[in-house]
Amino acid sequence: MKRKKKRMQRHMTLARSQRLLWSIVRGVIIVGICFTILQPLLLKISVSFMQEKDLYDASVKYIAKHFTWNNYKLAVSVMDYGWVFFRTLWLSIGVSIVQLAACLLTAYGFARFRFPFKKLLFGCVIVTMIVPPQVIMLPLFMKYRFFDLFGIFKAVTGSSVNLIDTYWPFFIQSMTTMGIRNGLYIYMLRQFFKGMPKELEEAAFVDGCGKLRTFVQIMVPSAIPMMVTVFLFGFVWQWTDVFYTSLYLNKVKVMSTALNSLAVNAYQQYEGFGGSMNFISPGFVSMINHTGTILTIIPLIILYVFCQKSFVEGIERSGIVG
Amino acid sequence: MVIHMNYFKKRNGKWHLSLTGKEAVCGLLFILPFLIGFFLIFLPLIVESLKFSFSDMQVGTEGYTLTKTSHSGFGHYVRAFAVDPDFNLMLLSGIGQILIQVPLVLIFSFFAANLLNQKFHGRTVARSIMFLPVIISSGVVIALEHSDLLVNTLNTTTDLSGGELSSYLNVMGFLTEYTSLPDSVISVLSRAVNGLYDIVIASGVQILIFLAGLQSISPSLYEASSMEGATQWENFWKITFPMISPLILVNSVYTVIDLFTNENNEIMREIKRTIFTEVDYGFGSAMAWIYFVCIALLLLVIGGVISKHVFYYDER
Repeated sequence: MKRKKKRMQRHMTLARSQRLLWSIVRGVIIVGICFTILQPLLLKISVSFMQEKDLYDASVKYIAKHFTWNNYKLAVSVMDYGWVFFRTLWLSIGVSIVQLAACLLTAYGFARFRFPFKKLLFGCVIVTMIVPPQVIMLPLFMKYRFFDLFGIFKAVTGSSVNLIDTYWPFFIQSMTTMGIRNGLYIYMLRQFFKGMPKELEEAAFVDGCGKLRTFVQIMVPSAIPMMVTVFLFGFVWQWTDVFYTSLYLNKVKVMSTALNSLAVNAYQQYEGFGGSMNFISPGFVSMINHTGTILTIIPLIILYVFCQKSFVEGIERSGIVG
Repeated sequence: MVIHMNYFKKRNGKWHLSLTGKEAVCGLLFILPFLIGFFLIFLPLIVESLKFSFSDMQVGTEGYTLTKTSHSGFGHYVRAFAVDPDFNLMLLSGIGQILIQVPLVLIFSFFAANLLNQKFHGRTVARSIMFLPVIISSGVVIALEHSDLLVNTLNTTTDLSGGELSSYLNVMGFLTEYTSLPDSVISVLSRAVNGLYDIVIASGVQILIFLAGLQSISPSLYEASSMEGATQWENFWKITFPMISPLILVNSVYTVIDLFTNENNEIMREIKRTIFTEVDYGFGSAMAWIYFVCIALLLLVIGGVISKHVFYYDER
């Protein structure tokens, strides 16, 4: 009896030490991955507070010797940060809400109804994801430069409408689920709706609720965590997108395009101050770019912190099952 | 047409929509945004772009004119395959590189999702950090990072603390200083470690999807098998792996799409350069179309192979 107990005890300690060992290994791995992700961010933050000479100073590692806000002042003034911020905010919120609505409807249609050519049409959703955007770039530009709806505008006003430098192209694209990675959202939301029990809708239907009302009053509220996820994706990808913004917006600057041209513009101003450089100093470029990047992603990180809970939960409860 | 017969029904000598027919109309109404987008916006653009790839474009003051290229329209394609010395090579090496990256991203994200699914202190914090790449690795941010690397590698000769700014861990320097490994081994190792960052950054969404799948596996399955005396290892291969296999399909499709249409990969940059810098839209779109066909074929092959081994819990 006693021997058996002793053996059990030894077994227990073995299992426990095994578990302890595993949790140490796991801790190391997780901290390592987190460090890999956070390190470039920290580097950017630390560089953004440095003066240029700190970059060339071998004794400066992460903490600036000549602490300065000048990079931020320069970046804010060159990017025209205030106006650009609100413009981008309005654009991103608008676009992500509109495309969320369009994708919700489409995804529900694909998840719950039977109609002819359903598989083929869903294949088309996938196709819209994999076509490299460069392929349709010029036709896309031409479409919105000379925009016309079945020849109506031409008949009424005599010429087509120029939608370049307005927000209409973004909204038209997102209304029709042709925005950035909308195929992915349709896919995610469809999987979510597929995982919902059918009984809910059947009960509503028996009680005399129409299809659209069932969708709005029953399915949409239960999809909120998932919707937050899609909204966040849409917001972030619109915020940082340069491809479409530089295609549709020529004179109007939004955050991503401002950041993209920041170094060149900042350099011109730098020269205007009497800086005498015959070449664009790479250190300066990288410093100002890091600063601009921080300024660009700070709003995103704040948003992420706010949405984080329902974001993580939404993903957990989504049950995205193939 | 047998399918269409179900949608209509004859009543009092007139044709009416049957119940299935009504459902079909309802469904089509729901997906109307997509139908409009696809058939009125996307498809015309695609056709237009195909037309470009078969013709030479002259841009004038009044828009542009298209003329058919040589080889009865296939001029650009012939040029890409037979004349241009770099394109074939670039296409092959580019696709090869990405094909190596896809399984690495999948394995890493699967591993990370499994880690994040376990219970430990600070799990929420770890999760939030792991999902951060979805935010910080998108669009202009990552593009700038790449251009920054370029600037720094170009200027390593000027001793501008190049390693310090460009690579987040100076693996190369560390290995050469503290170990006596041969140079070739060091370069392979340091490339692998530096590549790790790309993989970690590229797998944010995949981790999310895997984690969601892991959460949806019912715990009772594990309880039952543990009662029968299965070890953790067996549980993993007999329960977790089959249950997650549909998501492996989803994730591999997503990863292929994500990596191939990434604006920073070699072929996409070359296409962009041809279109913008050389202003050769016809040739550029021909290249893009060849590339697109390659991606589509790859997706078909990968999807076909994986979906053969996928296990569905409830066959619907």
